[in-house]
Amino acid sequence: MANVIARGRSDTSTVLMVGALLGVFMILALLMAAGAKDTGMAVQAWTFIGLAGAFLVGMSMWAGQLLGRNPFDQSEYENAIVKWGVAASMFWGIAGLLVGVVIALQLTFPHFMYFPEWGFTNFGRLRPLHTSAVIFAFGGNVLLATSFYVVQRTCRARLAGGMWPWFVFWGYQIFIVLAATGYLLGITQSKEYAEPEWYVDWWLTLVWVAYLLVFLGTIWKRKEPHIYVANWFYLSFIVTIAMLHIVNNLSVPVSFTGSKSVQVFSGVQDAMTQWWYGHNAVGFFLTTGFLAIMYYFIPKRVNRPVYSYRLSIVHFWSLIFIYIWAGPHHLHYTALPQWAQTLGMTFSVMLWMPSWGGMINGVMTLSGAWDKLRTDPVVRMMVVSLAFYGMSTFEGPLMSVRAVNSLSHYTEWGIGHVHSGALGWVGYISFGALYCLVPWLWKKKALFSKSLVEWHFWVSTIGILFYMISMWFAGITEGLMWRAYNEFGFLEYSFVETVDAKHISYMIRALGGLLYFSGACLMAYNLVRTVLGHGEAESFDTIDPKYARPHQPVLQPAE
Amino acid sequence: MGLMNKHVVLERHSLLLTICILIVVSIGGIIQMVPLMYMDNTIERVDGMRPYTPLELAGRDIYVREGCYVCHSQMVRPLRDEVERYGHYSLAAESMYDHPFQWGSKRTGPDLARVGGKYSAEWQVDHLKDPRSVVPESVMPPYAFLADKTLKFDGIKDRLKTERLVGVPYTDEMIENAKVHLVAQADPDNLGYDDVDGLVEAYTAASGREGTVEARDYDGDPTRITEMDALVAYLQMTGTLVDFSTYEAGDLKNRR
Repeated sequence: MANVIARGRSDTSTVLMVGALLGVFMILALLMAAGAKDTGMAVQAWTFIGLAGAFLVGMSMWAGQLLGRNPFDQSEYENAIVKWGVAASMFWGIAGLLVGVVIALQLTFPHFMYFPEWGFTNFGRLRPLHTSAVIFAFGGNVLLATSFYVVQRTCRARLAGGMWPWFVFWGYQIFIVLAATGYLLGITQSKEYAEPEWYVDWWLTLVWVAYLLVFLGTIWKRKEPHIYVANWFYLSFIVTIAMLHIVNNLSVPVSFTGSKSVQVFSGVQDAMTQWWYGHNAVGFFLTTGFLAIMYYFIPKRVNRPVYSYRLSIVHFWSLIFIYIWAGPHHLHYTALPQWAQTLGMTFSVMLWMPSWGGMINGVMTLSGAWDKLRTDPVVRMMVVSLAFYGMSTFEGPLMSVRAVNSLSHYTEWGIGHVHSGALGWVGYISFGALYCLVPWLWKKKALFSKSLVEWHFWVSTIGILFYMISMWFAGITEGLMWRAYNEFGFLEYSFVETVDAKHISYMIRALGGLLYFSGACLMAYNLVRTVLGHGEAESFDTIDPKYARPHQPVLQPAE
Repeated sequence: MGLMNKHVVLERHSLLLTICILIVVSIGGIIQMVPLMYMDNTIERVDGMRPYTPLELAGRDIYVREGCYVCHSQMVRPLRDEVERYGHYSLAAESMYDHPFQWGSKRTGPDLARVGGKYSAEWQVDHLKDPRSVVPESVMPPYAFLADKTLKFDGIKDRLKTERLVGVPYTDEMIENAKVHLVAQADPDNLGYDDVDGLVEAYTAASGREGTVEARDYDGDPTRITEMDALVAYLQMTGTLVDFSTYEAGDLKNRR
């Protein structure tokens, strides 16, 4: 009963507000389901009603304290939402990687991996499922979980907004399910990494605004005078993704009860908008968000301050200023006017410097603790992720040069480049953060098994190397074959000969993906056993009580 | 350094920090995107472009739905080998009615910007049903189910209206007759010739050029209109609209 009294009026009102909002959207969904113009729309509307209803019931139980926990206890950090985020990250990560392995096999063994009567299993529908699952479902949940964890610690304040953070978390999961099932149903607006249709875009916008307000609200409650550097990066990620998402998804629905919409922009303007969005989904979702993870978890794990405060300022502002210009390098030699292509190329080359500034700041944070590379496989994973970051942010500017791009564009080289960044940088820094978070959150002395982390590291690293090298080889091979001439001045190869030439590379790539996926499975197993308190994952309360306190964050120059 | 010390102000004021971030990340996009909306020379002057016929538009929606853009570009670059392999390099004008654009980013399969008329409709149908029956080394998924699915086009009128709302020049007559035009193009034998004539007349007038509208049964099944009909109608049209005999790349108006 004491808990009920301690609960503030504002906390109760956030429950009612979230409940009312969900109610309104469920009614809208019901109207859409009733008047659905296409089956896809009906399935999506009912899916929404089911998921939102489940959230509503769960929230009522929670807020009504049926689960025996005061959800708004101001004396503690909100850890439960971070735990959910960790679990969701691991789940979607495995799912996304599995789809990746499947589509890699489809291109390798088209005789066995396609089902003529099942359109939804075709490469064209599964590939967006793979990209969205790994970027938005896995990456997005890692960012949600870590940002909620980091902002509380660096502000020394509980997450703001009462029930709203939960709305952000579950609203985001609903977005993922709607997007993923939509692709399988053939609902897509065909803009890469922005495939979901208009109603899903609207829903995500709402969730994202709530996310920004929760994040800012927590910063406003802070007991530290300064905003820590990781939070600048999270903030730029949240703000910029909102801007990109809204502009790139401007579209007019054909009917308010149908899934199809028509983009406002067309042709060359639409292409420019799409790649302004597309490249900065890389820049602000997959880079600044994960740099924020680097700025908190590496110093914390190695117990050293960030290498240079000045470098963090310089590289933060230059990175976010320059990144936004880089989009047109996806459109070299296309019908986009050349002045725009040249701007894109110039800024892409310039981008190399701030990228490496960030890498140097992260790696040099290990100064005085280099031995941890040898002794702590989690630290090694995060530092190797920075090495991959450095490599792919060098390769990127190289590929953005028009002459190089004329060879590399449209080929597997692009796929290899993306995956060195995604598997190496985003994957490893996320895995590192999750390996840190699980023992911290569940108050365990260590992970279940350190040697399993070693296995994960080496299996995945070999997987990435297989992937990258096979795709470099395939990409450069086909790029050269497309432009090869014979002695009579005719094109040497037909298109399908260049497809055939990649078969072995495709096999090696699928093997690489499988290894990486296996590594992630090892990790999931390790984390589950850690939560259960098996092996080396002894609980703090069974050992020396002085460890029972969560570590205080290391003081950074910015604090 | 003085400037570095001033950074403290941003670190202490979250709203100021947010606003500064927003300003810094807006600049590049504004400079690159806004001029494209206003500069006259962004899109070349060409003869022959017209809005898609209702059947082609329905086919294009299937192209989008199946994610064809994932593996096929529609953008021939002005490089010697591409022009020889695929045909004249793509112009901005050729995708000016494409909401959204379908330029693509990857060629797991060949470019399709000028696939129209390159193969027969029969070949396209065979290839879509079972790609490896005609190209043994192909890695493309099979689309046999398209030939079994009757095309749904109840909403085609609203579809055209929405296109007009975002700037595609469909006339009142085109919108009014969208259904009739769709049926006439896929199934010209079952309706009076008036409907086919109406379709050809309306879209030839929009194009300003003869021979850009084809009406036939595309999928080899004249008993009904399938999704295969629509998709093949779209494919057979791609890249054939612009009259390159009157296009002058060197014209100052077309220099970009």
